[in-house]
Amino acid sequence: MRHILRQRDWIADPWRYLGEPDAGTPQHPDVIVPLAQLRGDPGHWAAPPGGRLGAALAVTDAPEALSDLLPRLALVAVEFPNPGDGRGYSQGRILRARLGFRGELRAAGKGVRLDQVFLLARCGFDVLELADGVDVEAARRALGRYRVAYQPGDPQVRLERQRFFA
Amino acid sequence: MYRYDELDQAFVDQRVAEFRDQTRRFLAGELSEDEFRPLRLRNGLYIQRHAPMLRLAIPYGLLSSTQLRMLAHVARRYDRGYGHFTTRQNLQLNWPKLAEVPDILAELATVQMHSIQTSGNCIRNVTADHLAGVAPDELDDPRPYCELIRQWATLHPEFTYLPRKFKIAVTGSPQDRAASEVHDIGLHLKRGREGDIGFTVLVGGGLGRTPVIGQVIREFLPLPELFAYLEAILRVYNRHGRRDNIHKARIKILVKSLGIERMREQVETEWQASRAGAPRLDAAQVQRVHDFFRPHPYATLPDLDVETGREPAFQAWFRYNTRAHRVSGYRSVFLSLKAHGSVPGDVTSQQMEAIADLADAESFGEIRATHNQNLLFADVRQERLYPLWQKLQLLQLATPNIGTLTDMIACPGLDFCGLANAGTLDVARQIQQRFDSLDYLYDLGDIELKMSGCMNGCGHHHVGHIGILGVDKHGEQWYQITLGGSANGFTALGEVIGPSVPQAEVAATVERIVEVYRARREGDERFIETLQRVGMQAFRQGAYASHPQAA
Ligand code: SF4
Repeated sequence: MRHILRQRDWIADPWRYLGEPDAGTPQHPDVIVPLAQLRGDPGHWAAPPGGRLGAALAVTDAPEALSDLLPRLALVAVEFPNPGDGRGYSQGRILRARLGFRGELRAAGKGVRLDQVFLLARCGFDVLELADGVDVEAARRALGRYRVAYQPGDPQVRLERQRFFA
Repeated sequence: MYRYDELDQAFVDQRVAEFRDQTRRFLAGELSEDEFRPLRLRNGLYIQRHAPMLRLAIPYGLLSSTQLRMLAHVARRYDRGYGHFTTRQNLQLNWPKLAEVPDILAELATVQMHSIQTSGNCIRNVTADHLAGVAPDELDDPRPYCELIRQWATLHPEFTYLPRKFKIAVTGSPQDRAASEVHDIGLHLKRGREGDIGFTVLVGGGLGRTPVIGQVIREFLPLPELFAYLEAILRVYNRHGRRDNIHKARIKILVKSLGIERMREQVETEWQASRAGAPRLDAAQVQRVHDFFRPHPYATLPDLDVETGREPAFQAWFRYNTRAHRVSGYRSVFLSLKAHGSVPGDVTSQQMEAIADLADAESFGEIRATHNQNLLFADVRQERLYPLWQKLQLLQLATPNIGTLTDMIACPGLDFCGLANAGTLDVARQIQQRFDSLDYLYDLGDIELKMSGCMNGCGHHHVGHIGILGVDKHGEQWYQITLGGSANGFTALGEVIGPSVPQAEVAATVERIVEVYRARREGDERFIETLQRVGMQAFRQGAYASHPQAA
């Protein structure tokens, strides 16, 4: 069963991606729907029965396309297909800082590795679907790898010092 | 110069700890080579032809004597006793051992140095005019802004995994000495209508496979908006820059495909939408950094005639290797790292230590690395020039060739670089030998020769008056020659003159080219001016005359 690192807690993922066998069942009513499908028929996805709605962004998706749907979304999942593909960091920053999204922002994919988690958290990702093989304890520690930073960032990473502020 | 506060120091210390852990995990097999590569690259560590290569950051080229002594020490202790200054004002060590790199970085951190973001697809070491703060024609000192940009760019959470490397240069003089128009972003300091400081912003310049001159994206950007606007450019690039083809991933390709107007629209839209959440650059922050770059406590001195009555060798050195200073009684002095018979840009540990001592005695304890791969003492009393010259001669650092043909730029090429097609150092030696007469060099005057060992163009061959590019022809080393490039004063890309030539013919071909100049020049025209007036054809003919081998 898929686990996620939420803040610092390692928990079973209550969400299901659309297409996973138990997605939308009474046990798993919270469903993550790809942006294209969501956009294709927003009415259909308006209110999943008894559950919450999430959106999944691919690397090429524009988070701006979600802006009118955001009030109904409890979660946005952003894809990191490999550690070198940094598009998701900008998607996350846009969702948080520009579009004011306050729901769960999760990073998913093979790119969510130990040496990325600090940056992801600073960009506002509060839930990490760690890639296979990433040690959970090490990932927790990596969230606190730096105690200082130059740029403004998400307050979930507590810093002793920061240089520039928004 | 800038001094670290507790935040800066804590940051580099934590960075060293992080890299020590990453290196340990790699050596223990917990990280694959593919996983380790982007991490080590972001700490300046390449795996090269013979050994790892470590590129150390010298932010905007400025070093204290203490830092230079540390570089001498690490080069001696962890390497073979020398280092190589690059066109990006960095220092490369060619033979460090991977397992020792964390120790090198820990030693560097004790003198406020690091290797952060000197390679990898991230924002690289920001560069500036090497005469910053002392050039008579300067509007404002670019270094405080470089330092602010350095800090803003350091482990930027959003922009550490860009499509490709990203280089920023800042210049404060109308005469661009930082090659800013061939950077991903070039910033030209300007004053606004109310006398406020700001920048003209250029975007999309770059060398490499597809050389492009940057275009103005904004005529005037007020200083407080600097970070917000840079973030807007970077965000557009991070989202839309190509990631499918490494050769098309630089921002210049995005700018080309969108066109500068659409690029500008997108950046302006992004800027307006996100500036409220961008890091502010308030007056106190700017002032804090500015205070580190206040002018030195110069003595009140008259300008002197130091040449009259001295030997011609000193006069030549004075003329070629020193520059005017904005304060009377002072001059800036180049230390030529282009002694004939040497590798351009190479310095031994012994030389570094001696240079550090001289800097303490003669130039407020500061040294600058220039993008032409020389060093500079920016603030020397004119009355001290003669004794300084005598000492520099003993150190092989007084070759009076700054600005001449043998003050060439050369990347490390096949001898050191894993990407090279051809050697550069042998060719450099050939050229030095053929042009070893100073009188001949002086007669040729100001000629910029730049050489790269492959299309990546680290030697900036595209913007050399004479550019030399190593190419591989069926396993043999051949060289393509371009003419008419420039990055100094104005920016232009050179044009290929014709078929490439074999290694043994490069120096002779260069000589035939400059002979065309000698024959055709009028008055005191410089090489590049004659070339522009008479056109390529005459030079092309001259270059290949009596040259049966070209293919
Ligand atoms: S131009 Fe090519 S050969 Fe020279 S340093 Fe750059 S990558 Fe290496």
